[in-house]
Amino acid sequence: MKRFVYINDDSCQDSYCDNRISNRKYTLLNFLPKNLWEQFRRFMNQYFLLIACLQLWSLITPVNPASTWGPLIIIFAVSASKEAWDDYNRYLLDKQANEKEVWVVKNGVRKHIQAQDIRVGSIVWLRENDEVPCDLVLIGTSEPLGICYVETAALDGETDLKTRVIPPTCVGLDSEQLHKIKGVIECPNPDKDIRRFDANMRLFPPFIDNDLCPLTINNTLLQSCYLRYTEWACGVAVYTGNETKLGMSRGIPEPKLTAVDAMIDKLTGAIFLFQIVVVIVLGFAGNVWKDTEARKQWYVLYPNEGPWYELLVIPLRFELLCSIMIPISLKVSLDLVKSVYAKFIDWDEEMLDQETDTPSHAANTAISEDLGQVEYILTDKTGTLTENRMIFRRCCINGTFYGNESGDALKDVEMLNAVASNDTHVIRFLTVMALCNTVMPVKSNSGTISYKAQSQDEDALVNAAARLHMVLISKNGNTVEINYNGSIVQFEMLDILEFTSDRKRMSVVVKDCHSGKIFLLSKGADEATLPCSIPGQQIRTYIDAVEQYAQLGLRTLVLGWRELQEDEYREWSRMFKEANSTLVDREWKIAEVCQRLELDLEILGVTAIEDRLQEGVPETIEILRQAGINFWMLTGDKQSTAIQVALQCNFISSEPKGQLLFINGKTEDEVARSLERVLLTMRITSSEPKDLAFVVDGWALEIILKQYKEAFTELAILSRTAICCRVTPSQKAQLVELLKSCDYRTLAIGDGGNDVRMIQQADIGVGISGREGLQAARAADYRIGKFRFLKRLILVHGRYSYNRTAFLSQYSFYKSLLICFIQILFSFFSGISGTSLFNSVSLMAYNVFYTSIPVMASILDKDLSEKTVMQHPQILIYCQAGRLINPSTFAGWFGRSLYHALVVFLISIHAYADEKSEMEELSMVALSGCIWLQAFVVMLEMNSFTLLQFLAIWGNFVAFYVINFIVSNIPSAGMYTIMFRLCRQPSYWITMVLIVAVGMGPVLALKYFRYTYRPSAINILQQAERIRGPIYSLGNLESQLKSVEKDVASLSLNQPKNRNSVYEPLLSDSPTATRRSIGPSTFDLFQSTQSRLSSSYLRNCKNN
Amino acid sequence: MNTTGVPAPGSDGATDGSAPRRNSKKPKYSRFTQQELPACKPLLTPGIVIATFAIIGIVFIPIGLISLSASKNVVEVVDRYDADCIPDQLYDDKLSFIRSSETNKTCTRKLVVPKYMKSPIHVYYQLDNFYQNHRRYVKSRSDKQLQTTASEHETKLCEPEGTTADGSAIVPCGLIAWSLFNDTYTFSVNKKATPVNKKNIAWQSDKKHKFGSNVYPKNFQNGALIGGAKLNASIPLSEQEDLIVWMRTAALPTFRKLYGRIEVDIAANEEITVVIENNYNTYSFGGTKKLVLSTATWIGGKNNFLGLAYLTIGGLCLFLALGFITLYFFKPRTLGDPSYLSWNRNPSGSPN
Repeated sequence: MKRFVYINDDSCQDSYCDNRISNRKYTLLNFLPKNLWEQFRRFMNQYFLLIACLQLWSLITPVNPASTWGPLIIIFAVSASKEAWDDYNRYLLDKQANEKEVWVVKNGVRKHIQAQDIRVGSIVWLRENDEVPCDLVLIGTSEPLGICYVETAALDGETDLKTRVIPPTCVGLDSEQLHKIKGVIECPNPDKDIRRFDANMRLFPPFIDNDLCPLTINNTLLQSCYLRYTEWACGVAVYTGNETKLGMSRGIPEPKLTAVDAMIDKLTGAIFLFQIVVVIVLGFAGNVWKDTEARKQWYVLYPNEGPWYELLVIPLRFELLCSIMIPISLKVSLDLVKSVYAKFIDWDEEMLDQETDTPSHAANTAISEDLGQVEYILTDKTGTLTENRMIFRRCCINGTFYGNESGDALKDVEMLNAVASNDTHVIRFLTVMALCNTVMPVKSNSGTISYKAQSQDEDALVNAAARLHMVLISKNGNTVEINYNGSIVQFEMLDILEFTSDRKRMSVVVKDCHSGKIFLLSKGADEATLPCSIPGQQIRTYIDAVEQYAQLGLRTLVLGWRELQEDEYREWSRMFKEANSTLVDREWKIAEVCQRLELDLEILGVTAIEDRLQEGVPETIEILRQAGINFWMLTGDKQSTAIQVALQCNFISSEPKGQLLFINGKTEDEVARSLERVLLTMRITSSEPKDLAFVVDGWALEIILKQYKEAFTELAILSRTAICCRVTPSQKAQLVELLKSCDYRTLAIGDGGNDVRMIQQADIGVGISGREGLQAARAADYRIGKFRFLKRLILVHGRYSYNRTAFLSQYSFYKSLLICFIQILFSFFSGISGTSLFNSVSLMAYNVFYTSIPVMASILDKDLSEKTVMQHPQILIYCQAGRLINPSTFAGWFGRSLYHALVVFLISIHAYADEKSEMEELSMVALSGCIWLQAFVVMLEMNSFTLLQFLAIWGNFVAFYVINFIVSNIPSAGMYTIMFRLCRQPSYWITMVLIVAVGMGPVLALKYFRYTYRPSAINILQQAERIRGPIYSLGNLESQLKSVEKDVASLSLNQPKNRNSVYEPLLSDSPTATRRSIGPSTFDLFQSTQSRLSSSYLRNCKNN
Repeated sequence: MNTTGVPAPGSDGATDGSAPRRNSKKPKYSRFTQQELPACKPLLTPGIVIATFAIIGIVFIPIGLISLSASKNVVEVVDRYDADCIPDQLYDDKLSFIRSSETNKTCTRKLVVPKYMKSPIHVYYQLDNFYQNHRRYVKSRSDKQLQTTASEHETKLCEPEGTTADGSAIVPCGLIAWSLFNDTYTFSVNKKATPVNKKNIAWQSDKKHKFGSNVYPKNFQNGALIGGAKLNASIPLSEQEDLIVWMRTAALPTFRKLYGRIEVDIAANEEITVVIENNYNTYSFGGTKKLVLSTATWIGGKNNFLGLAYLTIGGLCLFLALGFITLYFFKPRTLGDPSYLSWNRNPSGSPN
């Protein structure tokens, strides 16, 4: 469990790995087997491999095996080369990092070696701005006080500088001694926790005391950080290579599967079953025909006695003929278009954050369709809805409220007067503001001081204190200098009792250098700090102040202080040190020790910090809610603040229109009763047009998730809006899990480290590249700069992606089925013997080229313009719950392919009967018929045509003839001169036109009829935008939007139950049942209209 | 297609104007990357759809009439002879008749030409219920062997007619060649012998590139089982036009193959006497044999299908166009009326 690192000892370094970083998935040797193994884990690929292998048996193969092996190899090669390219790039990056030159002490001499040769225990020297090559324990720096500054942005995304200190035992060693230092570091085995390092160090004689010296994360330099503002630093390598904290936290996250992918897999399975049925039926019929008819056909010369597998031959032939039912190119096409969707998101200028110049980014290129299907959005508050730019607004000191009138305490005259008159309370208050933090003052060359803070709140407090003439000037080691009204005051920073999310407060112990007095300065959340107040102090006003500020949506902190007695401090300090050097449960022990000091505080006052809403948040939430998306707010903040922010951003409506239901209670019984009550209210009032939302806090949620999960699930489904406050990161993830288990598509959006788990858990994780660092953005599938881009991400990118993929995948099935049905039909005319009508080249090219290129152009298809979608966000409902690709829409495509197969085949054999019925000619006539139909089907199904789409469709059409002319020129090819012959015959062209007319006529008529007399909302909007389009864009957009909103506003309240009744149980089986049963059954009228709508809509989808 | 849509520069005009074109490095602005390529958005308006159907109707009917008349102009004489060419006493035992090498299989048929037939008159034989497209049959050939002598032994695909019993290769091998059609016809018009030109009945491309001019039949029809015709071993395959025609396998169980051409005109009501050597066995599987004399036009032989189909489709399209017009006048509907939108149609709270 433990690792002992012997410093600077070459003899025992080999037990751990070297510092070679490897992010590679493959090596040269294992690439082929490993990559193939990974690819063959997919069912589709296994299937195609089986088919390809069967085709090697010439007795049963209807066509040249190349027609399957070709595409299969191409597809595998494409996937493999993509992987190889990625891996090669990773290798280059690794190589660059591995071969970087670093200074390492060897045998007492500093040497230049490559980074990959660093061993555990080596002493590594770094210069300013060097990247740290592995995890080091700091033992020396150029700074006299043994500190150095690091930038950890690459590790946790926080851009501020962090201070790292050398352990006490190493203080004062000069660089000469550092070359010879020996000792042992006892540290845990490698893990990925970048906030913890619980270790001990013992130096061997002659290096002074062999005391055990505790090490924390503050004594380490972690891999990939940068050394800043420090001339040099050196450290002992403790973790190397892939065992560093960074290396351990690297990992490949589980690939996410979109709803569309799942649907496609299901449809593939269904087609597979259908294929098996076809194979069995035709195989049986074929065997019967063979025994009754074929034996009489003397020219076929069937032997009387066949081999034992004779009965299997015909079914297997049909299996091979039908294998093209499952489109082999679908996976590649989908991968390709998905990466284009992702690129569109990256490129989108309207989602470029102008302030910080950060574009949006789709890190996960595979799940864009899911964006269009979102049903629940779970959002963090701080930094996501708000700007996370903290500004000190008000405070309450010793019962006096400052800043209430002007809204800005810094400009409050009373405040300025109090500062000027040296009011003791105010001065103490400001001292705590300036000292009780971990902010680093950085003096620039011009003499101005700027602050580097890890927490935005601290930054706001220190800046506010500075504005009120309490300026934090410098921190040099343990000495802190403050300039108050021109006079410099020095403090010695004795201990820092750090902030943890459990303790919810932080304190510092300082010694006034002037008076020698020791003080404990504390700040923290009200519920964590007020209970620690000195008994007898009137804290009523502070509670009121906290309440009042929270009402205004301000973040509050309570400040307190206490003077410590010398011996009390010494006693405690010993315990603190002890706790700090424990290896097991250190965090908990420290918290316990801190608890002993943080009591009997004299409460000084309350600060209120404003965190403004981001621009465009209320509109975004409004529009997305109109689109039928439910919002949940999950925040660690307190209830009143959360509600206030929720009100500000349209999240919930105020009293007459909306209603908040609270679930609270301290004990299980209370919580249970409260939950029951809320659920009852929710059930009763869900019919009223009222904006209901429930509010639950972390404590109650804990109990509920443990014991009343079912009731809560029902509540979750009934309620469109929820506010969960004081929730922990893991609870956030649990809530996502809960909604996912009800088969809703969830999107989690957040910006901080506490949102990471929720973001990873959700179907789609969106990270805001915010001020709390990039942790969330790194874990997320999509990175956006501002919350308001979410509406464009969902309504524009998500919706288009979904529509396009729905079309593309169903079309792929359609075209594969089409050619397969023709083969089946032909088998009835060829003695059910499994003859292929088409030759190998045509079959291969049909799937890989002729039919996959035109449909790729659908990535540019837009059914409605972006503007229309933004004006009518309700249209998103057509994307949710899989409404554009599901078994019934698929049935439409299936029927169409059957119809088209009949048309092509019957017309071909009748037009090319008697003396013309030559096999190769007929096969080309049928194939050209398919190609002609394809072009027109794609034309009819596209909604908008750009030049590229025209080129793709008709270019492909021309390419078909060019390719076939070329193949017709090759004598050894199966179709020598055929295409020239056909093209010279007028009857060929007449036949083609006939096929198109018969094939497309009914489709066009049906589509027109539905389009005009049974239009779906999409059709109506299409018509509206194209007929009245100019009016929309020329005229007053705003008013148009307003009027639409007005129409819609009242309705949006009713959406949840609409959704429930409209919901088609197409994506899953069991969770739907719960959803169904929960759906209110009283709205028969509604339900009927809605179901009519949905069924008419479904009809729409058929043949679409 | 109906693509009279509006090219929509307006779709980006408004946003373009307002969005400041900044020189930021990351997203490169282009109409493609912003998905703002100018697009034509056709709309299925009544006008377009009705016009489309009307035009299809108007274009299709004349084409249909022309095709039909072309087909009607073809003079075709069809005579089924498989049943009649069996002597009455052997009628119940067709198989032994056709298999026996002793029986006299000569048979004389008299045909009357209904209309004036202009030369060249194509002579076809037509087989019914003959599965040239059967998988076992269609694959049983070796294209390489037919082409060059060097590939003589490539008979793997030809089984079970690949090699003779002693293992030497059969040229041409395979079931197709083995079952070569072997009825022969001799024509006389008005008692005057009329030659049938059997030159150039096969495709030139086949003669030149698929059947070798130095490949001669070898071991053909020497086995125990005699299939169809025998070949003259001194004539190269490229000149064996009957074989070449036969080996262009038919896609359907009913097919005609060119036998030859009569290069004299035949007047109406003239009598043609055909002496048939009825050798080919279609009796075992219940197939029929027909002799077809036919002229040709630009559309090919007699085939009413295209003409009739065009007339039907044209008529249906006109009918649909009319139907849509009627519907349009009796049930007019405003396109794109937002009041049809589902969320505008159901006022809130109505179910209660």
